[in-house]
This record gives sequence, structure tokens and C-alpha cells, in this order.
Amino acid sequence: MIRLLFTIIAGVLLGGVVHLVSVLALPRIASQDAYSRLTPITKLNAVTALPLAEPGNTLMPFMDPAFATAICRYDLSGGPIKLAVPVTQSYTSVSFYTRSDVAYYAINDRSAGKKVIELDLMTEDQHADLPEDEDVTAADRLIIDSPASTGLIVLKALAAEPGLMPQAQAALAAASCKVQSEPAPPKQSGPAAKR
Amino acid sequence: MFTTLLALVLASVVGLSATWMTATRGTNFGTLKIGAWTARPKTGTADVDPYSRASIARSGDLPIGQGDGVSFLANTDDRKKPLDGRCDVVVSGVTPAARFWTLTLYDLKGHLVANALQRYGFTSEEIIRGADGAFEVRIASRSRAGNWLPTGGIERYALMLRLYDTPVGVATRTPRDAPMPTIATVGCP
Repeated sequence: MIRLLFTIIAGVLLGGVVHLVSVLALPRIASQDAYSRLTPITKLNAVTALPLAEPGNTLMPFMDPAFATAICRYDLSGGPIKLAVPVTQSYTSVSFYTRSDVAYYAINDRSAGKKVIELDLMTEDQHADLPEDEDVTAADRLIIDSPASTGLIVLKALAAEPGLMPQAQAALAAASCKVQSEPAPPKQSGPAAKR
Repeated sequence: MFTTLLALVLASVVGLSATWMTATRGTNFGTLKIGAWTARPKTGTADVDPYSRASIARSGDLPIGQGDGVSFLANTDDRKKPLDGRCDVVVSGVTPAARFWTLTLYDLKGHLVANALQRYGFTSEEIIRGADGAFEVRIASRSRAGNWLPTGGIERYALMLRLYDTPVGVATRTPRDAPMPTIATVGCP
């Protein structure tokens, strides 16, 4: 009897361990997470417009139908990414997610304060390799550190009423997300021929 | 031998069912509850807790980032009655400070519900307000005057109120910081 009780207690305790391990493992083994769902329909290091949120669209749950959405799925192993998103009259935002769908940074048109949201996305190592006199640090370009080399950038533009949806989609269609063409050589000094 | 096996089986059942429960129903870590509305502002930050991460990975959702906004979900009215698409439900009052907000109706899986009007929600810009700035949205299966949000007659649904560019977030604790609209079931056929 005591032995059975001991077994049950041991089983429940071990169950707690199984629970903790499986909760921590779930984001790694999930095959239906947002990144996995978006991978087949999005281009790497380029902007892909997502279909509008409609009843038949089961791409992701809880999409906001008032927004036009576009995705830039990125891989920074080829160099930092330059992102430029023109803002619309109402509201535009850019959110950054890691490969495991953690939202690590988000900015909207007002906090960007310009007609175009311009960002450089790079890993912490690439950021550290930037020469200090490089004009990108002097300019008011915003540099975002990505915690991992792969992830998602979600671009959203609000259509304040249904008739404004084409405008919101057009703004996102004009957005660009690409690997910086000239990989800034860390050793070369002096003003490089940029822009 | 038998006892070891029993312990292991028990461990798997207890552990995995606990994971299933928390990943599907969610937990109360960092949950902000105001009336019938709940939000988890921390899911939009790098500090997201492991339970929310598991739940996000399972559902395929992309949580709204903190610099973008915050989302509040309601499955029931203020009296804890589940939202029923065959009833008339009124969402009224004011919303917390935000540059824009949207109110959207979903089925319990988070998909939009088809209707002839192709109206799935309202934005703060298109809603009709009273002289005092307050609004009233009528959620019903049949056409209603004013701000009518059709339910398509589904049995259970959820409402999501998203605030964009808002001070509401991880620091928000009380309903005074975030006055949410009330949800009331006013009549069922």
C-alpha cells in the first residue's frame, strides 16, 4: 500500500518535470506556428503581401481585417537588411519577430516621425562590426538588433474604412526589404561611396 | 517492475495533459482583466512567458508587438454569459486612450465569420458616435440600426478590441488606466 502511494507520488512529481520540459520544447517542435505557416508563401529577404483577412482565409488566427499586411521573412547571414516602408495617412507599423514568433521590437509611423519608416536590421555581431565613422550611424537611420539571424518582419497599414484598403495595400507594395548591397567592409576606413 | 511502469505512465499523462491544458486555454500569468476583456500585454515583448510562447506556437498566432498596440479578447458578456450569435449583444461606452482601435468578431478558432455585408468589425474612424463621444455597437444576426455587427448566426463567438499606438500595456493595472466598453446581452430569441 505504501509502495503504491510512493509510486503515485513519484509519478505526479515526474509528471511535473514532463510538463515543464514539454512546455519549453513546444515552441521548438511546433510545425503549425506562424513562421512555419508563412514560410511556403513568403519570399526570403523580400516583401510579400499577404492575402486580406477574410472568412475563407485561415492562414493565421485573429488577423485584423482592417489592415493590409505584408511580410519580410529575413535571414541576416548574408548581411544586414535595409527596410523602408512608406507610411499611409492613418496608421502604419512594423513589428519584428524571431524565428520562434517572439515579438522583440515594434515601431509605428508616429514614433518613426517621418514619411518613410527606415530601419537597418542586423545581428548584434554585425552591429559590433560597424565602423564607428560609418555614415549610417551619423544619419538618423534606426538600427535594430535582431536576437537571432532569422525571423519575420510584419508590415501593417490600417485602412480606416474599407474604401481605403487599396491605398494601404499600395503603400505596402512600395515597401522594400533587402540585404544591403554593399557589405560594409569593417577594415576599410574613410567615407565609402554610399547612396 | 509494475510500479515503475505505473509511475512512468502517470508521469506522461499528468505532464502532457497539463501542457495541453495550459497551451490551449492559456494561463493567468501577466493577464490584465478589465470587465469581460482580457489582455496579455507581455506576449508582445521579448519577456513573454513560456506558457504564452507554447500557446502562440500551437495556435499559429502572431501576438501584437508592444510598440504597435495591445489586444483585448472577450468570450463572454459582463455577466459571464458566453457570447451567442443568435442573441442581441450591445458593446457600448468608451475605449482607452489610443490613436486608433478596431473591434472585430471571430469564431472561437480566431477566423472571421462570413456575412452578406462583408462586415467583420469596426475601426475607430468609421464608427458612429453620440454627442458625448461614446458609441454603441449592436451585435446581432439580423440587421440593426446604427453600428450593426453581424454574427452570421453562429452559436459562440469572441470579440477582439485592438488598441494601436496606446499607452495601455505592461504597466497597466487597473480599469481606471484603461476604461473598456461594456458588453451586455440585451435579448435572445
